[in-house]
Amino acid sequence: MIPLGAFVAVSAVLFFIGVTGVLVRRNAVVILMCVELMLNATNLALVAFSRRGGIPDERGSVFVVFVFVVAAAEVAVGLAIILALYRNRPTVDVDEVHAMKG
Amino acid sequence: MIESVASAQVVAGFIQLVWVIPGLPLAAFLINGLFGRRWLGHLTGWIATGAVGLSALLAIGVFVDVLRGVERSTVVLYRWIGVGEFKIDVAAFIDPLSSVMLLVVTVVGTLIFVFANGYMAHDQGFPRFFTWFSLFVFAMLILVMADNYLLMFVGWEGVGLCSYLLIGYWFQNTAPQKAANKAFWMNRIGDWGYTIGMITIFLVFGSLQFTEVFEKVGIATQANLTLICLALFVGATGKSAQLPLYSWLPDAMEGPTPVSALIHAATMVTAGVYLVARSTPLFVAAGPALQVVAVIGALTAIFAATIALVQFDIKRVMAYSTVSQLGYMFLALGVGAPVAAIFHLATHAFFKALLFLGSGSVIHATGNEQDMRKMGGLRRKMPVTYWTMLIAGGALAALPPLAGFWSKDEIVGAAFVSGQTVLWAVGIITAVLTAFYVTRAMWLTFHGEPRDHHLYDHAHESPTVMTLPLILLAVGSATLGILIGFPPDQGFIHSFLRPAVEVEGVEHTAEIGTILALAAVSVAAGLLGIAVGFLMYARHRPDPAAVTRAAGPLYTLLVNKYFVDELYDNRILGLGRAFFGVLWAFDVHVIDGIANGIGRLASIGGGGARRLQTGVVGNYALTVVVGLFVVLVAYGGYAAGIFKR
Repeated sequence: MIPLGAFVAVSAVLFFIGVTGVLVRRNAVVILMCVELMLNATNLALVAFSRRGGIPDERGSVFVVFVFVVAAAEVAVGLAIILALYRNRPTVDVDEVHAMKG
Repeated sequence: MIESVASAQVVAGFIQLVWVIPGLPLAAFLINGLFGRRWLGHLTGWIATGAVGLSALLAIGVFVDVLRGVERSTVVLYRWIGVGEFKIDVAAFIDPLSSVMLLVVTVVGTLIFVFANGYMAHDQGFPRFFTWFSLFVFAMLILVMADNYLLMFVGWEGVGLCSYLLIGYWFQNTAPQKAANKAFWMNRIGDWGYTIGMITIFLVFGSLQFTEVFEKVGIATQANLTLICLALFVGATGKSAQLPLYSWLPDAMEGPTPVSALIHAATMVTAGVYLVARSTPLFVAAGPALQVVAVIGALTAIFAATIALVQFDIKRVMAYSTVSQLGYMFLALGVGAPVAAIFHLATHAFFKALLFLGSGSVIHATGNEQDMRKMGGLRRKMPVTYWTMLIAGGALAALPPLAGFWSKDEIVGAAFVSGQTVLWAVGIITAVLTAFYVTRAMWLTFHGEPRDHHLYDHAHESPTVMTLPLILLAVGSATLGILIGFPPDQGFIHSFLRPAVEVEGVEHTAEIGTILALAAVSVAAGLLGIAVGFLMYARHRPDPAAVTRAAGPLYTLLVNKYFVDELYDNRILGLGRAFFGVLWAFDVHVIDGIANGIGRLASIGGGGARRLQTGVVGNYALTVVVGLFVVLVAYGGYAAGIFKR
């Protein structure tokens, strides 16, 4: 049986890959994908704790479904923003987009 | 809507119409103000004159009603303020005193309006002049008709406003602007006194209505009454140009001459006299305040008369003379002879209005020349002006049987009979000075050889529209005194006014011998002044120039008007300026400093904060991650602490 610690470790690794991707990549689409990665790392942690935690509770799994929904909505909005951005200027490089620089 | 107090059975017709009297000038003001400049033009003059003339007819009607026995009646127009027990009506209080005032204002006003039609004929702002002039008459009528101190104050401020507007009538020039401002600010000081008096009356008596206040006069303490009376008297000194607030009146001569005649000689400046006469019950009960009135009046009389001795501007001589004559009226009020004060007010309105209009006629004829040194010999060119002014001058110098003699003699006599011999002496000396300066003014203007031939050659008698009022005023100046003031102390005016203004216990009746002796001294004083004036200016014995040299510093003092303007300007206003400079510095550096400092702080903070907005999405994301870690670490430490416990 795979120990809880392994799940949490994989989750943490996935999360940091996501964070690092968000911080270092410039392509808006890739950043969005990395955000998805972070969300799924969270999902993994939630499911793991739900099944293998000190007090097993199915409600953790239910949360995962909520995160799916939010993630789907986020992708829809995020892609729409990126599309709108691409239509206005021929780039999806986030460093090029600094019209609101103070 | 009549509430007759004394004899309610006689409900007389004209008194019911009393509100039409101020209504007509108000209507003229509105018509002239709204349509005058574009459509009516020179018609405005006759609209205003007609309105005031009709008011005068109504005022005569009201006067006759009062004469026939309606002694005191109140005509309520509407309720103005009603808060619990405190009620103020817009109501006219008609008694002998106010009916005399109505008569003086409207009758003298009508004559001056007629004159102004000729005098102002060539002026650009003709409709504007008659707009303000009508408004003035309206405000003045409100002042004398009011049945409470508050409504009176409305008229009081109204005449002040019109005075300001009309002094500054030729606002294109600097001098009228300054004179108008000076008049306005000096009157503010007086109005401050009036307001203090009014508030104190309300606090002490709980009412501002004349009759109610006078009935309750017993409930006030001596200190309260003294405060009220002195405060009201401060108001009177401002409006009636008494010491120390007199110096605006000579400067007010910058206005057109009809304005000087109506506002600054016949009516508005007598408002203070009317106020004190109206408040006689308060002043009599207050004791020492009355003495203050008498002393200030006498001092002003002699002070202004000395300045008038050396003025060369014909209107300024008359202005100082007005200040001096108003001083006489206050002297009369102060020695407990309010009837004499109102009597002198009425006669003075006639002869001083005439002197001003006569001066105006001369100024008009000589092309706006006011300096008497350039005149001379004008009597051959302007006989009507000369003869009418001669009558008015005689009345001012108190020669019998002209009007001024009866009223002035009565004032000086009252001062003597009441035991104030020092004030009596001051009055007699002032009478000598008065006779002297009026002789001097008449001689310099009308007699001798023309000193400026160009001016003399172009001088001409004024048109009928100007000479007719002069003649009518001259008739009044000649006969008014003997008609209503003879015999002394028992004349028509005395029996008419006595119920309204005299309070029991202050009447001073004198022996007939004393009266005759006092009258003889007055006449002698007048003749002495005239004789000296005649000798100096007609015979040059002594020569005026020599006297001027001999007087030396005294002459300098007089010709500079005792340096009072300089004193006010440099000392008192200087103090004020220093004080306000400190306040200004406090405002600029401290108050504004705090406000600006807060703004600058926000600006600096914002300038720093804007550097955070790099516009690089990665930076924002990094900030989010760092923040997340900080929160997690802090929360982790916190949670560990909880678990350890």
